[in-house]
Amino acid sequence: MNNTAKMIITLGFIGIVAGGALSFVNSWATPLIAANQKAETERAIFLVQPDASSYEKMTSVNFEAYKVFDKEKNFIGYSLPYEGNGFQGKIRLMVGLKPDLDSILAMEVLDQIETPGLGTKILEEPFKSQFNKLNTSSPIEWVKGAPPTKDNEIQAITGATISSKAVVAIINNGIEALRKAEAKEGSSL
Amino acid sequence: MKKQVTLLKEYTKGLWEINPVFKQVLGMCPTLAVTVSAINGIAMALATTFVLVLSNLIISLIRKLIPPQVRIASYIVIIATFVTIADLVMKAQFPELSKALGPFIPLIVVNCLILGRAEAFASKNTPIRALMDSLGNGTGFLIVLFIIGGIREIIGSGTLLGFQIMPQVFEPWLIMILPAGAFLTLGLLMGLANFYVESKKSKERESIIQKYRSSKQVQLTEPGV
Repeated sequence: MNNTAKMIITLGFIGIVAGGALSFVNSWATPLIAANQKAETERAIFLVQPDASSYEKMTSVNFEAYKVFDKEKNFIGYSLPYEGNGFQGKIRLMVGLKPDLDSILAMEVLDQIETPGLGTKILEEPFKSQFNKLNTSSPIEWVKGAPPTKDNEIQAITGATISSKAVVAIINNGIEALRKAEAKEGSSL
Repeated sequence: MKKQVTLLKEYTKGLWEINPVFKQVLGMCPTLAVTVSAINGIAMALATTFVLVLSNLIISLIRKLIPPQVRIASYIVIIATFVTIADLVMKAQFPELSKALGPFIPLIVVNCLILGRAEAFASKNTPIRALMDSLGNGTGFLIVLFIIGGIREIIGSGTLLGFQIMPQVFEPWLIMILPAGAFLTLGLLMGLANFYVESKKSKERESIIQKYRSSKQVQLTEPGV
């Protein structure tokens, strides 16, 4: 009985001290972590919108999306972070779009765990710049082994077809979701 | 009573004699998983050393107060506290590094190296000895992770700590930054370490035999003289 009480007291005391220390560190770290995340998001938003100087988080959609404005506060397009399944795990992209959603400005990969040397070529040229000024009025398509002929086509990476297809699918899904959300908002106004 | 060794010895034994990776074969998960580059290896080893030193110091300080039935539970709570602190500090101050190491920082909680040293050493020795022991083990871990990370980074990406050191014509071996490269590097290094120990041992054996033989010869020849 005496021993049981000692065990409970010891563990309880260690738990209380540990909890106190953790809550102290956590209250110090939380604002810093939030600031880091905000800085990272901002950097990504401006990465795909070269003329942007300010942005606004869209509240009308149930996913993350940003409206981007230039120096004169003119609406110049969207920055759309969107994710989907890649070859081994999630791929997270940031897509810069024109206001009419019919053309891509630029695309950046934010997070990925693709195969080094093969799937990771989606981070590099010439794959990445294929998306610049790509026509998105109809869904993007991909071709293999030959240069693209239409203005909504990109060439998939040899040896990393799944990663290339995944990028295309993520962008198509993202644009469709944004287009639907914007159409709904337009009709309700 | 155990034979007392000097405090310095308590530190240096972790570097080679009981090196966490080569001799104790503890903490294999981070050793294999995060060593794609030298900087990742250093960061992982520093985080592990931070947790190892502080938790072993605390455990050694309160070793006589903890009832033996709940000692493992107490150790885990103390270790988990320091791991969470390390994780939060890294997220707040070094977001890039924390992203690269990902889930392996929280996984330090279950790194056998820390619980192993707590159970085998810190729970039986004075705080100052536990401090030296965990510092030594941490340094040993750091050296090995830096070597493995360095080798994999040089061959796998042609760089060391981000600086290009291989000539441009060198085509990086992708296998070295894939998981297979970790097993290859660790296996070869461990083989090399064991080969060194074995050859040293056999040399010692030779010299003892030699000494014995020469002393015999002296004895044999003595009566004749």
